[in-house]
Amino acid sequence: MSTILSDNPVSGGIAGSRNGGLLPPLRSRSLLGRLAERFIESGLLLAAAFSVLITGGIVFVLVSESLPFFRHVSAREFLTDRLWTPMFADPHHGIMPLVAGTLTTTAVALLVAMPVGTLIAVWLSEFAPSRLREVLKPALELLAAVPTVVYGYFAVDFVTPALQAFIPDLPTFNMLGPGIVMGVMIIPYVSSLSEDAIRAVPMLLREGSYALGAGKFTTAMRVVYPAAFSGIASAYVLAISRAVGETMIVAIAAGQQPNLSFNPLDPAATITAFIVQVSLGDLPHGSIGYQSIFAAGVTLFVMTLGFNIIGAVMRRRYRQAY
Amino acid sequence: MVTSAAPRHAAPPVHAGPARMTATPPPIPTLLDSDVVRPAPPASRAIKAQVENFSFFYSTVQALADVSLPFRERAITALIGPSGCGKTTLLRCFNRMHDLYPGNRYVGRILLHPDNLNIVAREVDPISLRMRISMVFQKPNPFPKSIFENVAYGLRLRGIRSRSELEGRIQVALEDAALWGEVKDRLRKPAYDLSGGQQQRLCIARALANEPEVLLLDEPTSALDPIATSRIEDLIVELKERVTIAIVTHNMQQAARISDYTAFMYLGKLIEYGATAEVFQNPKCKETEDYVTGRFG
Repeated sequence: MSTILSDNPVSGGIAGSRNGGLLPPLRSRSLLGRLAERFIESGLLLAAAFSVLITGGIVFVLVSESLPFFRHVSAREFLTDRLWTPMFADPHHGIMPLVAGTLTTTAVALLVAMPVGTLIAVWLSEFAPSRLREVLKPALELLAAVPTVVYGYFAVDFVTPALQAFIPDLPTFNMLGPGIVMGVMIIPYVSSLSEDAIRAVPMLLREGSYALGAGKFTTAMRVVYPAAFSGIASAYVLAISRAVGETMIVAIAAGQQPNLSFNPLDPAATITAFIVQVSLGDLPHGSIGYQSIFAAGVTLFVMTLGFNIIGAVMRRRYRQAY
Repeated sequence: MVTSAAPRHAAPPVHAGPARMTATPPPIPTLLDSDVVRPAPPASRAIKAQVENFSFFYSTVQALADVSLPFRERAITALIGPSGCGKTTLLRCFNRMHDLYPGNRYVGRILLHPDNLNIVAREVDPISLRMRISMVFQKPNPFPKSIFENVAYGLRLRGIRSRSELEGRIQVALEDAALWGEVKDRLRKPAYDLSGGQQQRLCIARALANEPEVLLLDEPTSALDPIATSRIEDLIVELKERVTIAIVTHNMQQAARISDYTAFMYLGKLIEYGATAEVFQNPKCKETEDYVTGRFG
C-alpha cells in the first residue's frame, strides 16, 4: 500500500473513484504543511543532537585542557608511577593509586548492590503481592534520592564505627565503609531496572517452566533471570558507572590520600575525590597541579566509556527474541 | 472461519479413501464431506481421565459449567468450539495452570486413573501433578538455553544428574519428537536458532522427556505454516500409542484428521461428545452441526 497511497500525492483520484466516492479524494499536501513538517523534523533532530553535542563538548574540554599536562608528564609516567602527589614539592604523577581507589570502592559497592538489588528485583516481580510492590518500589527508589553528602557522613559517623566493632584495626577513613554505603545508594538502580526487565519476560515462558513441574523459585532463577539477563546487565552497567563516578561519599569517608592499594580496609582517594579536592583548593589556574585534574577526568571518562561498551556488548550478546 | 486456511493437502495420506464412512450418505452435505475423517475408534478404550460435573470460575466469572467428559487411553481427544467456549480453560485445569493466577476456583472433579486422583483437589500438589501431565502451548516457548538444556530441564527437576543418563533420555525424547536428525549436531546451540516448527517440536520433546501420562496440546500448530503443521500432526498421531492426548484446536480439519474423539463446547458447556467421525458426519445437536459445517464460529 505504501507504493500506491503514501508515496504518490496525486493518487487521491484513484482512491476516491475506487471507493465509489464515499471518501473525499486525497489531496496533495500544501507547501506550508510540508514546510511545517520539515521544521518539526529538524527540531526533533536538534533535540536528539543536543546530548551528543554536550558529550562532544565535554570530551573536547577534557582533552584540550589535559594536553598541557601531558606535555609536562609522559604517558609512561602517568600510567606506571606508583605515587600521585601533584601538589608536593617533589611531584609524582602516577594515576594508578587513584584508579585503584576508584576500582576498590566500586567493587565493594557492586558486591553489595548487585546481589541485593537482583534479589529484590526477583522478589518484587515474582513473589511480592502486587499491592506491596506498588508501595515498595517507589520507597526503594527514594534510596537514590538521598543527597550523597548525607550518605558520606552516614558512612563516616555510623557505618565505619559499626564496622570497627568487628574489625578493630579499621582506620576512621577507609574504602569499605563508603563502598558499602555507595552500594546501598545504587541498590535501586539495579533493582528498579532489573525488575522492569524481569516483568517484561512473557508469562508464556514461566508457564512453560511450571508445566514441566518447576517451582516458583526454580522458574525465577533458571528461566526468568536468564531471559531477562540482557536488561539486568544494563542495570548492572548503569550501577557501575554510577559507582565509578560517585564523588561525595568517597571524598568524605575514604580519606583523601592517594594510596596504591586494593585492600578495602585502607584509606584511599578516588579519581573523583581528587578532582573535588583540587578544585576546592587554592592551586593556581594553569599550574601542572591544576591541569592534573583534567588528566584524571580523562581517565575517569575512559573507564566509564569502557564499562558502557562492555555493557552494550553484553546486551547484544544476551538479547532474547521471545 | 478456518476452512480456507486449512492445509488440506498436508493431510497424511494413510488415512485417505477407504477410511471414510461411505455406507450411507450423511443426511446433510457437510463441509467436511470431502475431507479425511479418522475411522471410528475401537468401541471402548480404558478411560485415563474423567471430568465429572466440573465447573470453573475466573474469580466471579464462570467459564465452565457442569462439564462431564472422558479422556480415553491411547486416543486423541479434540476439544473444539468457538473462541471463548472454555476449551483452553478446561485443558489448563488438567495441569492446574490456573493456580498461577489468584482468584480462580475449581468446582467438581477431574479424576486421573489408574489411581483415581482428583486433579483439582486442593490437597493435590500441582508440581508433582505436572510431572505426570505435560503441556505444549499455542506459541512455541523454548527457554533461553541450549537445545540440550531445554530438554534436560524437566529431567533435572526430577533430580537426574548423571551426564550419560541425561544424554540418553534427551536423545530418546528428541527422536520421539522427530527432531533428533535435525539437531543432533548442534545440541549446544541456543534453542532460539531453530525455526518455529522445530521450536514447537522441541517443546514437545521437552514435554515427552518427563514421560507424562497425559499430554495436553493447546492449539500446538496455530503459529505454524502448513508443512510444519503436518509434521506435528503426524507426530501427534504416532505419540498416542504411548500417551493419552488432549488437543485444543480451532482447525476443524485438524480435529477430523487426527482425533479419535471430539468434544464440542459452546459458552462453557459441553454440547456434544463422541467418536470424531460421529461428531463430524452425524452430529446430534444443531449447534454442533452448524459449527462443524462452518455456519457459525
